[in-house]
Amino acid sequence: MAHAAQAAHPAPAGAHAHHRNYVKIWAVLTGLLVVSVTGPMVGIRVVTLVAAFGVALVKAYLVAKNFMHLDIEKPIVGWMLGLVLMLMVLLYAGVAPDVQKSAGQRWTKSDKFHYVSPQLQKAEKGNQSEHERGANH
Amino acid sequence: MSTARTIATTRSAMGIPTGRLAVWWVLVSEIVIFGGILVSYVMHRLGHPEWAAEAAHTNTAAGATNTFVLLTSSLSAVLGHKAAESGDGPKAARMLYFTCLGGLTFLTIKAFEWTHEIREGFTLQAGGFWSYYYAAAGLHAFHVLCGCIIMLVVAASAKKNENLHRVENIGIYWHFVDIVWIFLFPLLYIAK
Repeated sequence: MAHAAQAAHPAPAGAHAHHRNYVKIWAVLTGLLVVSVTGPMVGIRVVTLVAAFGVALVKAYLVAKNFMHLDIEKPIVGWMLGLVLMLMVLLYAGVAPDVQKSAGQRWTKSDKFHYVSPQLQKAEKGNQSEHERGANH
Repeated sequence: MSTARTIATTRSAMGIPTGRLAVWWVLVSEIVIFGGILVSYVMHRLGHPEWAAEAAHTNTAAGATNTFVLLTSSLSAVLGHKAAESGDGPKAARMLYFTCLGGLTFLTIKAFEWTHEIREGFTLQAGGFWSYYYAAAGLHAFHVLCGCIIMLVVAASAKKNENLHRVENIGIYWHFVDIVWIFLFPLLYIAK
């Protein structure tokens, strides 16, 4: 009964995708995980970035394409997902300068812009006075 | 037994079954939620190089193990979908139970990890990095928990060969949760 009702549905996204070797894809993903963990051990910044974030992008692509079957899903889904991802880029581009820079064309951040907890303030003051004492000696 | 079916299972909009389309809409809103957190974390992290010292206290082995667990649970989720496609409800249910087990393993590892970190003094209020760490990983863990509960409900009906299309729908959600962790792992555990 349930089968009969489902047969009337449009084909599921994965209906034409099950010739894929999912275990092989999983093995590739596991291999990439090993790369992302061992890569940063080399200690070279570029290698770390590529191993961590480049590999993450490849892993996400493999999961979306092969497990979520995005490659055979209706294009509208890709457009929906693409649109919100673009919004995230827009969010970053719009807000990042305010967060990361200390000054812009018509603005400068005061020293009190970032919240510093009372404990940290105390610790910083302690460090400062130690430096001053060291300089006097 | 009633043969009445909900609109989500009988109607198709834009050539996509409504239930599956609804899952994609959920994921679109989830991208905004997780994307917002991750984007603001990245911009703050770039503005605070000193956070690298805080990140050095996270447990990379636990994070990597959890990544492996989620990747493996994604495999069982897609194998469950494959079984549902071929009309084998009981096998699909078994695969979903296995996926759920993966989710519970993930949460158990996370619980041990957080217990250790909190005992070390790295609480939610220990600094900016830890605020993001607990907010992002905590929200993700909540999604894992919700996914497990929904999966148990779907597996119960799949076992009786009912509503097999739901196996694909929960699978899509689970793969998304996996993808979010794929990005959280390098951001919180690798970039030190």
